Amino acid sequence: MDAFLASPIGILAITVAQTLALLVPLLIGVAYMTYAERKIMAAMQMRKGPNVVGPFGLLQPFADALKMLLKETIIPSGASRGLFIFGPMLTLILALIAWAVIPVNDGWAIADINVGVLYLLAISSLGVYGIVIAGWASNSKYAFLGALRSAAQMVSYEVSMGLIIVTVLLCVGSLNLSDVVRAQKTVWFFIPLFPMFIIFFISILAETNRPPFDLAEGESELVAGFMVEYSSMTYALFFLGEYANMILMSGMTAILFLGGWLPPFDIAPFNWVPGPIWFILKICLCLFAFVWVRATFPRYRYDQLMRLGWKVFLPFTLGWLVLTAFVLKIMGWLPA
Amino acid sequence: MIAALAFYVFAAILIASAVMVVTSRNPVHSVLFLILAFFNAAALFLIAGAEFLAMILVIVYVGAVAVLFLFIVMMLDIDFSRLREGFQRYAPIGAVIGAILFLELLFVFGSWEFAPDAAALRLNAMPEGGVSNTHALGQLIYTDYVYLFQVAGLILLVAMIGAIVLTLRDKPATSRRQDIAVQVARAEAVALKQVPARTGLGQLGILRPALPEAPKPKAVHHDAHGHAHGHGHDDHHGGGHH
Repeated sequence: MDAFLASPIGILAITVAQTLALLVPLLIGVAYMTYAERKIMAAMQMRKGPNVVGPFGLLQPFADALKMLLKETIIPSGASRGLFIFGPMLTLILALIAWAVIPVNDGWAIADINVGVLYLLAISSLGVYGIVIAGWASNSKYAFLGALRSAAQMVSYEVSMGLIIVTVLLCVGSLNLSDVVRAQKTVWFFIPLFPMFIIFFISILAETNRPPFDLAEGESELVAGFMVEYSSMTYALFFLGEYANMILMSGMTAILFLGGWLPPFDIAPFNWVPGPIWFILKICLCLFAFVWVRATFPRYRYDQLMRLGWKVFLPFTLGWLVLTAFVLKIMGWLPA
Repeated sequence: MIAALAFYVFAAILIASAVMVVTSRNPVHSVLFLILAFFNAAALFLIAGAEFLAMILVIVYVGAVAVLFLFIVMMLDIDFSRLREGFQRYAPIGAVIGAILFLELLFVFGSWEFAPDAAALRLNAMPEGGVSNTHALGQLIYTDYVYLFQVAGLILLVAMIGAIVLTLRDKPATSRRQDIAVQVARAEAVALKQVPARTGLGQLGILRPALPEAPKPKAVHHDAHGHAHGHGHDDHHGGGHH
């Protein structure tokens, strides 16, 4: 048995099993994220939300999925066929492959690589392609405008996100995500780096094209932005990709600022709870904030969005990065 | 064996996509093939053990530079027939440059075959002594060659200032800069004035029928309560997202 597990085929089998063990709960999580969003928003707006399909509407996500599957996929005659289908696929693929490096518990990562943070940054910077390709391949002006907006927006906010991640890495001294979490044993990074935590959260809202930064969709002026021509499964893929990205970004927040799998206090009732539970709870906290923001804030105007990214966040994060480096150097807290 | 197989697969896709960059008819497809080429180059870096460079290649080239390429190319209205026009004229020059590059590469890599001592001189991609890629690169850039690094930064700064100076036009007649304070400030023309209610009606000669059975003609009839009701919070945000 051991010989089989050490052989190339055995390693492949183990990796596939690990991937399935991560992706199946993730996709179920995505399905129930849509349900949770509708329920939370309904509660905030004093409505009932989905409550017909199954007890408390719990089967609603599966009913929606079935509806999407049964509908006809319409490809516009002027569209670039291959790219039109490739765009939504890419969005979902990128949202899923980023999970390869996320440590769910100490040592529980499919690939515990040394440059895990860079890998995440690389994958999240590719997310814009799914949207740009979809917008261009649709051959529609609304879709194209949405894609252009989204591209400019995601590129802008990536810069300040990168600087925030560099600030965290300065305090860690490693690019490995497990090391990032282990470095938070004494104090979670959201306490010393609180302004960075807030800016990071706002940036991930912009990065995932969520309200109040959902100008790529902008249903009031662009109908639905880059996904205006999409129907049935291709549309569902965008939907799944967006929610998987939300969960991914919440996971990133949990790892970078909220101590990943670590309990809040390392004392009796807290450290009985296993690490993955803590990790999931932290992700849920971030996701709740996502929905809360959506139900609360009106949409930003496009120039305000750009101004916030380039003129407010970028100088502030840059200044805070220099300050952090300075403090770490002066106090001798730089990690070896 | 697996590493060699992976190398040949990635190298083959890299060369094929590089050829497609040059030959494909649609410039957007060209950029997308360029991105595919970047990815395969990153994979080759990974096989060589240069994980940091691989990730940086994806982040910088695919995530930023190619996005801008795609951005520009998509917005251009390109006439394909005009694009092909000069092909015959420029083909020889291109071929000569390609041949020169090929010869140079042949000399560099061929020397390992011709002169076995040269192979010992080349630097190892992987640093020795269990140091990670990132650490080794940081040591090189920020410690060993820090002055050169600063000079590179200064050159970039000069280039950036140059670009800003060239493109910044601060003429008030043509530029449409936003000055929020000026835009929001109240001009004299739109000043609010308090006018006593209903004074205008008598002067204009508009007469209203007297209220029936009114004990005393009231100037203003308040029905503020009646208004407040039609305005409840029933705006319904749809359940679906889009």
